[in-house]
Amino acid sequence: MRLAVAGAGAVGGSVAELAGEYDHTVTAIADSTSAAIDPDGIDSDAVLDRKDSEGVLGTANPADALAAEYDVLVEATPTTLGDAQPGFGHATVALERDRHVVLANKGPVAERYGDLMALAEESAGEVRFEATVGGAIPVLSTVEDYGPETITAARGVLNGTANFILSRMAAEGLDYEHVLAEAQDLGVAEADPAFDVEGTDAALKCVILANVLAAGEREYTLADATVDGIDSIPPSALELAREDGRTIRLIGEVSGGEIRVGPRLVSEQADLAPSGTRNIVQLETDNAGRLNLSGRGAGGPETATAVLADVARLDSPVP
Amino acid sequence: MSETQTQAYTVRLELADEPGELLAALEPIADNGGNLLSIFHERGNLTPRGRIPVEVDLEATPERFETIVEALREAGVNVVQAGQERYSEELTVLLVGHLVDTDLSDTLSQLRAETDSRVADLSLSAPQGVDDESSARVRLKTDQGAVEETLRAVRSVADQKDLRVIEPLAAGGGV
Repeated sequence: MRLAVAGAGAVGGSVAELAGEYDHTVTAIADSTSAAIDPDGIDSDAVLDRKDSEGVLGTANPADALAAEYDVLVEATPTTLGDAQPGFGHATVALERDRHVVLANKGPVAERYGDLMALAEESAGEVRFEATVGGAIPVLSTVEDYGPETITAARGVLNGTANFILSRMAAEGLDYEHVLAEAQDLGVAEADPAFDVEGTDAALKCVILANVLAAGEREYTLADATVDGIDSIPPSALELAREDGRTIRLIGEVSGGEIRVGPRLVSEQADLAPSGTRNIVQLETDNAGRLNLSGRGAGGPETATAVLADVARLDSPVP
Repeated sequence: MSETQTQAYTVRLELADEPGELLAALEPIADNGGNLLSIFHERGNLTPRGRIPVEVDLEATPERFETIVEALREAGVNVVQAGQERYSEELTVLLVGHLVDTDLSDTLSQLRAETDSRVADLSLSAPQGVDDESSARVRLKTDQGAVEETLRAVRSVADQKDLRVIEPLAAGGGV
């Protein structure tokens, strides 16, 4: 397949680097200010080196990347809320050209799922977005394989940063600010950690799961989720939980048409109490009981793996 | 359902702190066909009358249960409450905030009043002193099927006092 990659951050960059290993060709890559385009395939390493050293991917215009020759647009620009732009616009351009779209950007599927599906309906291209929920963990494809109607509930730990902070606080008896600073030093937390610690990121993933589980019967956005973060949990709460064989985890739940994200008490031995940055999703199925899917929920190569798995699921190039 | 179907009951007793009292209280249960499920013996926790509260869970048919309660009373055992399994579900929540400033004992009384549940256990941690934010772990016993209702009441009481509730995960948390 010929891939155009929108977004050259950790995920977009990793997709470009790994595409060759999966027998794909990257014909274009763009960030917000520059692009590199070559119908015969760009040299990903050289282009990404140039971004590192000169701050630009190449001399082309980002808009031309969307108009270039490709079979699949990989949308990996930063997640935005509300109108989900520019990611939604990029997906629109590709679908209107009857190209496939694979999203790593959560915005369009969390905030404008109905609009996006309507565009896909009119297009010969397909939309896939495995990478938006649980990084490398095959959550959405499992839901698709089992059939959304056979899954009654989903819950999980979907934010590695929040989970790292809670597990460190519990293990070391340290306060939130201290562990946050440590997480920032380790690159586990962003300089502005709000998106992760306030629960927004986990909530977006739950909204996407809810949209997939609803299978078009109902559309969800972030506004439908009840969201609470972990930023005001004192070490004393974790200590009291520990005395009772429990701990606190930021859990997202999709059940009975409700989406809820917040810190919850769970047994220390619970499947839903992973340590460190590990993620887990638990699906309640009609005929097969409970299914646990766990693994790395974030990171460039991890998320790129999910993107490339989606590319492999697409039908042959749209003529 | 047939009349001979066994049911679960909870009997709350108060015993004098003397050797043999507990055994004397249990004999009428076994002698009258009751099946003992559990005994919760709160030693060290005296009632206002200086007696030891004991909670006994048992299974019996409704007729046999009546006989058991009569036999207990005849044997001189103080039966405080006898009824079908009253507190059959437990839930643990954490409360975080200015627990002491907002009158913790009043918070607990409100919980009892609003939920028909019982505070089975309470632990408070106030590492920064009572004037600062603290945390409490509260274990509540509630009626079968009343967990959701109890949680709603906990949320509402906590909300009035600007306390934060960390709720248990209903499903999956225990495994």
